[in-house]
Amino acid sequence: MRLIPKEVETLWTLFTGPVVWALHFLACYIAAAVYCAKASQVSFSFGTLRLSLFAMTAVALAAILVAAWLSWRQWGFGSGDPPHDAPTRQDRLLFQGFATLLLSGLSFVAVIFVSVPLLFIEVCAR
Amino acid sequence: MTNGTTSKDMAETQEDELRRVWANPKGWRYWTSVNNTQIGLWYGSAAFIFMLFAGVLALLVRLQLAVPDNDFLSADLFNQAFTLHGTVMMFLFAVPIFEAVAIFLLPSMLGARELPFPRLSAFGFWSFALGGVFVCGSIFFNAAPNSGWFMYPPLATDKEYSGIGADIWLLGLSFIEVASIAAAVELIVGIMKCRAPGMRINMMPLFAWYLLIVAGMILFAFPPLIAGDILFEMERMFDWPFFDAERGGDPLLWQHLFWIFGHPEVYIIFLPAIALMAMIVPTFAQRPIVGYSWIVLAAVGTGFLSFGLWVHHMFTTGLPQISLAFFSAASEAVAIPTGVQIFVFIATMLAGRVIFSLPMLFGAGGLAIFVIGGLTGVMVALAPFDWQAHDTYFVVAHLHYVLIGGMLFPVVAGIYYYYPLIDGRKLSDRIGRIAFWLMFIGFNTGFFPMHLTGLRGMPRRVFTYPAEVGWDLLNLISTVGAFIFASGVALIVIDILRPKSRKPEAEMNPWNAGTLEWISEPEENWGVRSIPIISSRYPLWDQPGLIEDIKKGRFYLPDAQDGRRETLVTSVLDAEPLQCLRVGGTSYLTIVSAFSLGGVFIALTFHWWLLTVLFGIVTLGTILIWLWTGTSEIPERNERDIGLGVTLPVYASGPASVGWWAMFITMAGDGTAFASLMFGYFFYWTIHPDFTAGLPGPGVVWPLAAVALFAIAWLVMLLARHANAKDRLRLARLCLFCSVFVTLAACLAGLAGPTLHRMQPTVHVYPAIVWVICLWTVLHGLVAIIMQLYCLAGSFTGRLTANYDADLRNVVLYWHFLVITALTSFGVLGLFPEVS
Repeated sequence: MRLIPKEVETLWTLFTGPVVWALHFLACYIAAAVYCAKASQVSFSFGTLRLSLFAMTAVALAAILVAAWLSWRQWGFGSGDPPHDAPTRQDRLLFQGFATLLLSGLSFVAVIFVSVPLLFIEVCAR
Repeated sequence: MTNGTTSKDMAETQEDELRRVWANPKGWRYWTSVNNTQIGLWYGSAAFIFMLFAGVLALLVRLQLAVPDNDFLSADLFNQAFTLHGTVMMFLFAVPIFEAVAIFLLPSMLGARELPFPRLSAFGFWSFALGGVFVCGSIFFNAAPNSGWFMYPPLATDKEYSGIGADIWLLGLSFIEVASIAAAVELIVGIMKCRAPGMRINMMPLFAWYLLIVAGMILFAFPPLIAGDILFEMERMFDWPFFDAERGGDPLLWQHLFWIFGHPEVYIIFLPAIALMAMIVPTFAQRPIVGYSWIVLAAVGTGFLSFGLWVHHMFTTGLPQISLAFFSAASEAVAIPTGVQIFVFIATMLAGRVIFSLPMLFGAGGLAIFVIGGLTGVMVALAPFDWQAHDTYFVVAHLHYVLIGGMLFPVVAGIYYYYPLIDGRKLSDRIGRIAFWLMFIGFNTGFFPMHLTGLRGMPRRVFTYPAEVGWDLLNLISTVGAFIFASGVALIVIDILRPKSRKPEAEMNPWNAGTLEWISEPEENWGVRSIPIISSRYPLWDQPGLIEDIKKGRFYLPDAQDGRRETLVTSVLDAEPLQCLRVGGTSYLTIVSAFSLGGVFIALTFHWWLLTVLFGIVTLGTILIWLWTGTSEIPERNERDIGLGVTLPVYASGPASVGWWAMFITMAGDGTAFASLMFGYFFYWTIHPDFTAGLPGPGVVWPLAAVALFAIAWLVMLLARHANAKDRLRLARLCLFCSVFVTLAACLAGLAGPTLHRMQPTVHVYPAIVWVICLWTVLHGLVAIIMQLYCLAGSFTGRLTANYDADLRNVVLYWHFLVITALTSFGVLGLFPEVS
């Protein structure tokens, strides 16, 4: 088994970063909403919830970093400059790599944005 | 010399052939055309007319608010006017206009002869037109919806207050949503699979990138609203208490479902308008866009982030503050990709030599307005500020700055830019400039003061106000501004409608643009004379002689040798030719099926049950005839020489076929609607200590029996596909036959749970949501039975064989989704009450 996945020929990898963001966002929202609705019935505290969501954030950021590294590799580790508009398979791959890298960056920042409330909000106030 | 004459003759013969095959029918049959140019034009014109109608409503609203204590409109008519204004602008103008532009422009922009499902586009248009007339017409019978464009219960579920208007809204718009999803399917498959050979994914026009993302967003945004509509209509028609707090329901669920749709919708509206700018700016900077990949980042990023914003419309509903903060954070984050696009445009303009033409004027003016709207958007995305501004005119100002700057101005820029493709002539520069300044000044005069009226506390949706509260001068200014703005719009209408036969025809590419849509010839119907090989992002700039070669028929598919309408299917990433696809031609079936489906929705509105059933049967019959006569036809020969020494297959099935992709995409949308219903189930679980309220559930046995039977039916379908592929037709037919009965048994088992436990959906929301999920799954089971019978009929008549099995493979794909739906729904309904 390979530790680092091979390069694949697909459009789907473009969406890796945003999909991780979406999953992380949903996880935070659902966990907090269900916790606050059922707070009287659960045995752990809001602080525990926050800690586990921080752990989730770390996992999401790590996943995005992996996606970013893979796309950096697809982009030839930055060996060529954009615009990657030549009619060749090579340039198509470089474009995909670069666009995926940019999206990984945006997703990384967006995950951090979404996790900031976990730092500051300590109760289920309404 | 002789050779030259022969090849010239041949080219002319090919041209005549092509022209004949793609010709529009004459007389009244013209309206049965399915050609993308006509459909796009009708679609756009209809949307534009709806916009003017909604604009008049807005002027009535502004007249009423011009002075305090006014009685120009009654309170009720005022409510109808503003509700219909918002509804029509969002559902009948903003979203459909982009579908229209896309259907009109995309084929030639991609170098395709036609999109893969022209009849589906026609069906979408007729659905839209009928639904739109139905919704708009209601106000002339004093029966228009009157509870705001987002139809909040309990106001909108109150039958005494909302009358039939809410039903018209729910059913009319559900019908139109069908059209939007149809367009999404068409656009995704078209962009992914029908690009000209050589147009790799890194060379796609940016418009196509945006539209791809937007079509994907439609698939995940509209279905939650359809799910909400179903719940809402069940409450209004049959008193199932989904939003009635007394019986365990909750109006907030509607707000969630509405805004899961409603916020992405803003971006569904905004992105295509920006896409137009991404085509216009390079043309007038006379250079390629700077930061192509950055635009892709922005489009994809905005597409995703826009789904994490919906609760910012619900900041004042008392959700936990941490939930508000998540959505607030995501709302701030979406400003990043939005800003990137604007910087890309500025950079392109700085790097090129800008020709400040009329389309650029509208575009730049629109962006300036949009930036102000974006900044107030960042303000209201902050929960504490929103608590102050919510439901005041500040929000009205914000949303109009966003939508008119981000959508209307770019669309007008697009009209001025692309008009030569419709008529062969440019619109008037002089009239356009006057119109721009009227609109720009009128808009700011009308809407800027609303920020202040809002901060001074004027709430939205009040039909009048007293004189002494300090809102009168600001309102009067707004009304004056609105009329100046409207006069600008009127000038544009005059410019479009006035006869232009005396004006000389413009040359083929009047702005010297670089992208492929400018090869389209307004007087021809064939899309492109021959399908070119593309090797640049801006082929008209970089590929000398391209237009000439295309027009002379020197590329692919220069003829119609089989007398059929055809287009090329190419691969997703590198656009290598894969298939010569036969597409549907002129047909009355699209109109009949759209109108009969419309009949179903209209009859439902008035509770004419018998008529509903009749229209339903006609719809089903027409769709079956459409499929039987118009799809998966076995060609008389398998391969087709498309020119330049390339021969391609004519028939494809499974993932290689466009039909399979269409099924996949449709079912992704269908799955989203189902997920929204399941969200409702768990939502009720969260808000009650015991969400069953002590009432009996469907039990464990029957739901699990349904799960097992659906799984068996699915396995038998897999076997049927396998046997058919091995040419063991009798075994395949036997499997299909058995699967019909197993599916029927599965549906009955699904219904048995709630029936035998006497679950009364009107008593409490728990039995109601269980019933809805059951019915949803069973209805999908019944559709599956129709599909199985269709395949059986195909097998017996020789339409479905080992080599030509597209229908069966599409049905099996449907079954993959169905089995997931059934496992989830009956699994949860049976087991969740036990574990919770």
